[in-house]
Amino acid sequence: MAEALTQLKLQAPPVELEREPLVANQRNLAWLSDRVAAIVEGKTPLWWWIAFVPSSIALCMLGAMLLYQISVGIGVWGNNHPVMWGWDIINFVWWIGIGHAGTLISAILFLLRQRWRTAVNRAAEAMTIFAVMCAGIYPAVHVGRVWFDWWLFPFPNANGPIWPQFRSPLMWDVFAVSTYFTVSVLFWYVGLIPDLAVVRDRAKTRLRKFLYGLFALGWTGSNRHWSNYEKAYLILAGLSTPLVLSVHSIVSLDFSVSQLPGWHTTIFPPYFVAGAIFSGFGMVLSLLIPLRKWCKLEDVITMRHIDLMCKVTLATGSIVGYAYGMEFFIAWYSGNPYERFAFINRAMGPYMWGYWTMIICNVVVPQFFWSKRIRNNLVIVFIISILVNVGMWFERFVIIVISLHREFLPGNWGYFRPTWVDICTYLGTFGLFFTCFLLFMRFLPMIAVSEVKGVTPQADPHHPLGGAKAGGHP
Amino acid sequence: MPETSKAYGILAEFDAPAEVMHAAEKVRDAGFTRWDVYTPYPVHGMDEAMGMKNSKVGWFAFLGGTSGYTLGMLMIWFMNAIDYPIIVGGKPMFSPFAAFPPSYELTILLGAFGSLFGMLFLNRLPRLHHPLLRHKRFSLVTHDKFFIVIETADPKYSATETRGLLEAAGSKRIETVEE
Repeated sequence: MAEALTQLKLQAPPVELEREPLVANQRNLAWLSDRVAAIVEGKTPLWWWIAFVPSSIALCMLGAMLLYQISVGIGVWGNNHPVMWGWDIINFVWWIGIGHAGTLISAILFLLRQRWRTAVNRAAEAMTIFAVMCAGIYPAVHVGRVWFDWWLFPFPNANGPIWPQFRSPLMWDVFAVSTYFTVSVLFWYVGLIPDLAVVRDRAKTRLRKFLYGLFALGWTGSNRHWSNYEKAYLILAGLSTPLVLSVHSIVSLDFSVSQLPGWHTTIFPPYFVAGAIFSGFGMVLSLLIPLRKWCKLEDVITMRHIDLMCKVTLATGSIVGYAYGMEFFIAWYSGNPYERFAFINRAMGPYMWGYWTMIICNVVVPQFFWSKRIRNNLVIVFIISILVNVGMWFERFVIIVISLHREFLPGNWGYFRPTWVDICTYLGTFGLFFTCFLLFMRFLPMIAVSEVKGVTPQADPHHPLGGAKAGGHP
Repeated sequence: MPETSKAYGILAEFDAPAEVMHAAEKVRDAGFTRWDVYTPYPVHGMDEAMGMKNSKVGWFAFLGGTSGYTLGMLMIWFMNAIDYPIIVGGKPMFSPFAAFPPSYELTILLGAFGSLFGMLFLNRLPRLHHPLLRHKRFSLVTHDKFFIVIETADPKYSATETRGLLEAAGSKRIETVEE
C-alpha cells in the first residue's frame, strides 16, 4: 500500500495556475536557520540604534506622564463633562484592536490551513503582546486611583469582602483582556520553544547557550515531542480563535450595553472585530515592510505575503465600510430621533473633520488594494497601511467623543480637546511598543524558523527535493 | 562525573525527510520500542511511520476548559448571589447569561494552560540535561539534519545488528551516544 502511494505520479499544474513558492529562490533548510539566526547573532545594525534610542526616550516619557497623571489626578487629561471617556479609551480600543491581527494570523489562519502565515506569525504575535500591554495601561490608570485596581479582580478584600459586580460589561472586559494577554503569551511561547532550540544549538558563548537553553526547555526535536507539541499548538489555535472574537466583542459591549445613541447598537461586536483585524493588518504591514528589507528577509516574507495581507486588509476594510453604512441606515430606519441626530451630527456636526478622516482612511483608501500594481508597490502599501491605522484611530474617536459630546439635554453639550498630557501619554505608548518590539527582534527569532522550514518543498518527504524517489513535481 | 561512560544509544544521521521516514518505517517494523526520530520541524506522516497513536494533549485541555467554566459560574454565583448580593438595575442576582462572558474567558484560559502543561507533562519537559544535547553532531537536528536514535535500553537492541539495520535503512553516518 505504502509502495503504491509513493509510486503515484502527480501531474504538475499548468504554469498559469502554479502558485509562487512560500520561500523564494529555492532556499533550503540550512539557509533559513542561518538567515533568521543571523539577526539574533550578528552585530547590532545602525538602523536598530536609530530606532531604539527615540523609542526608549518615548518610553521614559510614558513613565513620566503616568507618574504625573497618577500623582495629580485624571484632571490633567482632557476628559471632562460631557466627554468623560477621551483619549484613554480611544487609545485602549485602538491598541487592543491592533493586537487582533496577530491572533488572526497565528490562530485563525492556522485553522484555515493558510500556510503563508508561518512567515509572519511570530512577528505578528509579538505585535499582539506589546499592543495589548500598551492597551492595558489605559483602563488601569483611567480609573483615577490605580492603587485600587486590584478591586477589579475577585480577591477577597478587607471590606466584607465586597466582590466585583459581574453583571457589568466592564468586569467582563477585565476577564477578556487579561485572558487575551495570558493566552497570547502562552501561544507565542509555545511557538518559540523549537526556535529557541535553534539559537541554543548555534550558540557560541556559554551565556547564550545557557539562556536560550533554559527557555528552550531541553527541546530535542523528538518526533514523540513534536506529536504532542503539534496537538497542543492546534488546541491553542482552536482556543485563541473564539478568544480573539470574544475580546473585541466584549470591548464593544462596553459601549453597546449602554443607552447612548451611537453606542446602543447590535452591530457593534462583528463591526468591532472586523475593524480590529483591519487595523491590525495595517500595523503588521507597517512593521514588516521595512523590517523585511532591513533584516534581508525578502525570500521569507515575499511579495506574495504582502499581496495576501493587502487582500485581507481590503476585505476587512470593506466590512468596516459596510458597517458604517448600516449604522447610518439603521439610524434612519429605526425612526428614533436621537439616534438619527447622533449620526447626522457625526457627519455634519462640529467634529465632521474626524468623521470624514475616518471615512477616507478606512473606506476609500483601502479600495486601492483592488489593483495588483498597487499591492506590488511597497511604498504605496506602506503609506496605505499607515493611513489605515490613522483611520482606525479616528473610528474610535468618532464612536467615543462624537457620541458623548452631544447628549439628550442641550445644556450638557460640550466640545472635547485633548491636553498635552493626553498627547504625550499616547506618544509614550509608541515608545513602549517599539522598545519591546525592537528588543524582541534583536534577541528572539522573529521568524518562526521551524514552521517555515516545514512549508518548503525540501521539507516534504513526498517531494523530490525532500528526497522522494517518485511523486510530486520538481 | 560518571565512572564509566555507558552508551545511551545509537545515532543514525539522514539528509532528507524521505530517507528518515523510510528508515523509521523499517525500525518500526523491526519491533523496536525505545527509539525516536529527531527532525528540525514536524515531518507530516512521521507519526504513522513510527507507529504512534494520537496525542493525548486534548484531554488535558478539555479538563482545563471544563474546570474553567465551572469555576467561573460557581464563583460568580457565590460572589454576586450569596456572599454579597446587591441589586443592580432590577436584574436577577445570578443569571447564567451575565455570568457567561467571564466564565467563557476562564474556559479558554484554563484550557490553554491545560494544553501547554499537558504537552510539557507528556513530553517530560522541561529537561535541562539530555545525553543527546551533549552530542556534537546532534546539534544539527535544529539546523537541517534528521536523526534516528535507538536506545541501548531497548530489549531488541544489539550493538552490531541494530547498526546493520540502520545502515541498511540508508544512513551514511552512524555514531554512538554516551550516557
